[in-house]
This record gives sequence, structure tokens and C-alpha cells, in this order.
Amino acid sequence: MTKITMMVDGAKVADDVEPRTLLVQYLREQLGKTGTVVGCDTSNCGACTVHMNGTSVKSCNVLAVQADGAEVTTIEGLAKDGELHPVQEAFRDCHGLQCGYCTPGMIMQSVALLQENPKPSESEIREGLEGNLCRCTGYHNIVKAVQQAAGQSEGVNA
Amino acid sequence: MIPAQFDYLAPTSVEEALAALAEHGDDAKILAGGQSLLPVLRLRLNAPEVVIDLGRIDSLRGVRDDGDAIVIGAMTPHSVVGSDPLVNEHAELLAKAIHDLADAQIRHRGTFGGALAHADPAGDLGAPAVALGSQFVIQGANGTRTVDAQEFFVDLFETAIGEDEILTEIRVPKHTGWGSHYEKFVRVAHQWSIVAVAAAVRSEGGTIAEARVGLTNMGNTPIRAHAVERALVGQPATEEAVAAAAAHATEGTNPPADLNGDADYRRHLAGVLTRRAVLAAAGA
Repeated sequence: MTKITMMVDGAKVADDVEPRTLLVQYLREQLGKTGTVVGCDTSNCGACTVHMNGTSVKSCNVLAVQADGAEVTTIEGLAKDGELHPVQEAFRDCHGLQCGYCTPGMIMQSVALLQENPKPSESEIREGLEGNLCRCTGYHNIVKAVQQAAGQSEGVNA
Repeated sequence: MIPAQFDYLAPTSVEEALAALAEHGDDAKILAGGQSLLPVLRLRLNAPEVVIDLGRIDSLRGVRDDGDAIVIGAMTPHSVVGSDPLVNEHAELLAKAIHDLADAQIRHRGTFGGALAHADPAGDLGAPAVALGSQFVIQGANGTRTVDAQEFFVDLFETAIGEDEILTEIRVPKHTGWGSHYEKFVRVAHQWSIVAVAAAVRSEGGTIAEARVGLTNMGNTPIRAHAVERALVGQPATEEAVAAAAAHATEGTNPPADLNGDADYRRHLAGVLTRRAVLAAAGA
């Protein structure tokens, strides 16, 4: 067992974990943060995307021990004081989901994309979300949601 | 699925990492960014007894200017290399290839040296590294040695890094003012290259003065397309002249055949993609 400490959604946590524990497993099974989901075994789908030290990562492709000392934000830490994050709000407004399984990862990657590129073009949004798969193929409204969150008029009414 | 059990070591210096490697030998696996290794461990395709994580060694990260070359620390994440001002000024071809590598999350976490040491023939960094004549700095118990790109890649997933050595940095000769382009052919987003071509061109008044061309996934290792480079020198950057030079792209290649395409298909792609990459690099 290895001792780890990190900040998760603003709270300090400390635990003993097996080195083979994946970050996503630690978040879900030890911390109960089941908002972050596992969609694949091959790090293709992006459903498990969280932020680690300010950038997006696939939490199924990071060991919990690698995140020792890191600051992690999950989908559960985006809303502040009961107010949805603007990207969460935009996904709701634009109905940027169908079954909803990919949504936590889509939203976390969209937030990271907008941090790096606040005014992305449509193709930059599609490229930026390349590592997130929606098996309902509901990409169109997801792109609209990101455009709306970026303050572009192509959002809801386009 | 989760990996099989292993012991985890997180050294904070290269010397400490080398000592751990010497102690555990074949039973140990080096963990860089983990974007290729962790899927392998999760699918239980490999089950090392010890994992040595280089992520806590600060000296292996960063990009610096070293006269006629830029030096990239092996543990520098792709996203950092791709947006680095020195890289964009002096080795833009690397930034172009990184833009097309995997996806944003993997570029945040995966490392420049880790991907090169993994030596996947469909990986996107080998061809530009070979094309730019990069040198690989490898450290072992007896000090460091420098290996040319052509000798670094030995075979499928095999490099010149010894069992008891670690890749510490990559020296990339400056190609300041050269145009560059990475032309990657895939069927769907986020796929490994079926074939890709890395090209850098120095033009003088519409004529190609020098060219560097590397091929991805046209053999067991990245290939420098010397015949294309020679044929391009002195040619105008026109569709016709570049297409004639690009016809040499298959020389010395031994492309794989798999579900994405047979060898003939890849040979066809190599010519087409070389033409496109060189024309784009030349700004034509």
C-alpha cells in the first residue's frame, strides 16, 4: 500500500492505496465520486475525463499514486454554491446529451478546451473533443453547447 | 480491468531511477506519462513486478536552447512541447506532428520521450524526429551517450536504450525558418496513423533548397526518405515537380499489412501523402 494525499474538488483527502489503483477507481470506489464514469478499457472514450493540476486527463489512464500531491477536479466539483458551471448550463440548454453517459467527460473536456481556447471555431471544438466518444452520436448539440458556453450566437437557436 | 499487482517506485533523480533499474532489471518497467503503458497493464498484456515512475524527476522536464539545437527533456508532456515557443520557432515540424497526435487529454499526460522510447511504428513523433536528424541522449550507470535518430530506432517497439539505461533528453537541430507539415492519414478521428509523412522544407525564392522527409508506419521503424529529399533539391515547389520527387517515397520501405490496409495501399498512400506534405511545407 502507498500513502497518497491530494485535493479533490476542493477537499483534502488522504488514503492508503494499492499502487495499481487507477485514479478513476480511487475517485469512484474510495471517495464515492461516481459522477466520473468508466466507459472503456482502452483510454479511447474520454468518459472518465477529470482535471489534474489544471489540465484534462483521462482518469482511467492515470494511477492514483501518480496523482499524489495533485489538485483534481471532477464533474462533481464544477458547480459552485449551487450554481451550475456555465458549460453545464449550456449542455442543459442545448440538450447536449442523449443517454448522458459521456456527459461528465464531455463537460470536463469542454471546460479544459475553453480554458485553452476561449473562442474556438466549430472545427476547433470538434477537434478539441476528439478524445471523447458519444455512442449515441449526439455530437451536434454538444458542439452547440460549447459554442453557447463560449458566448457565440450559434448556440441554442442555430 | 485493472493492472496486476506491482511495487511502485517514484525516484526523484535520474541516478536514483538508474539504481532502481539496476536492482530490478527485467522485472521492472519504466513509467513515463503512462498513456501507452497503462492500457497495456490494464489489458494484462504485460505485468511487471516493479513500476519505476519518472514523473517526480523535475530535471527531465522542459525545453531549452543549446546553440544550434533545442533540447527537449524526455518527460516533457506533448502539450507543453507542442506549444513551446522554441519548438515552434526552430522545430515547427514537431509541433505540427504533436497537433495530430492522439487527443487533448493524452497530449496533456503523455510525454515526448516516453512516446519515442515506446517506438510504436504508428506513433507520430518518430518520423519528424528522424527527419530533423534528432539525437537521443541516453543515461546509464557509466554516464551518458548520444545516439543518432537512425540508430535509435532498432525494430518494432525496440530502441537503442539498454535494459539498464534511461532516455533523458532529445536534441533537435534547429531548422529555423523552414516550412513544415505533418500529413496524417486515418479513417476516423483519434486513430493511429495508417501512414503519415513529416516534411520540412527550406525554400529560396520558390525553389526548394533543402528538404527533410520522414515516414510513419512504412516499416518497423520510422524511415527517413533520403531519395525524396535528394530529388527535391533544386526543384520548384510546383505540384508536378514535387509529385515526381514524391514517387521515390517507397524506396527502402517495408510497410505492414493489416486491417487498415495492405502493403500496396500503404505504398500508394506514401507517395500521395509525401506530395501533399512537401507542398504544404513549401507553402505552395
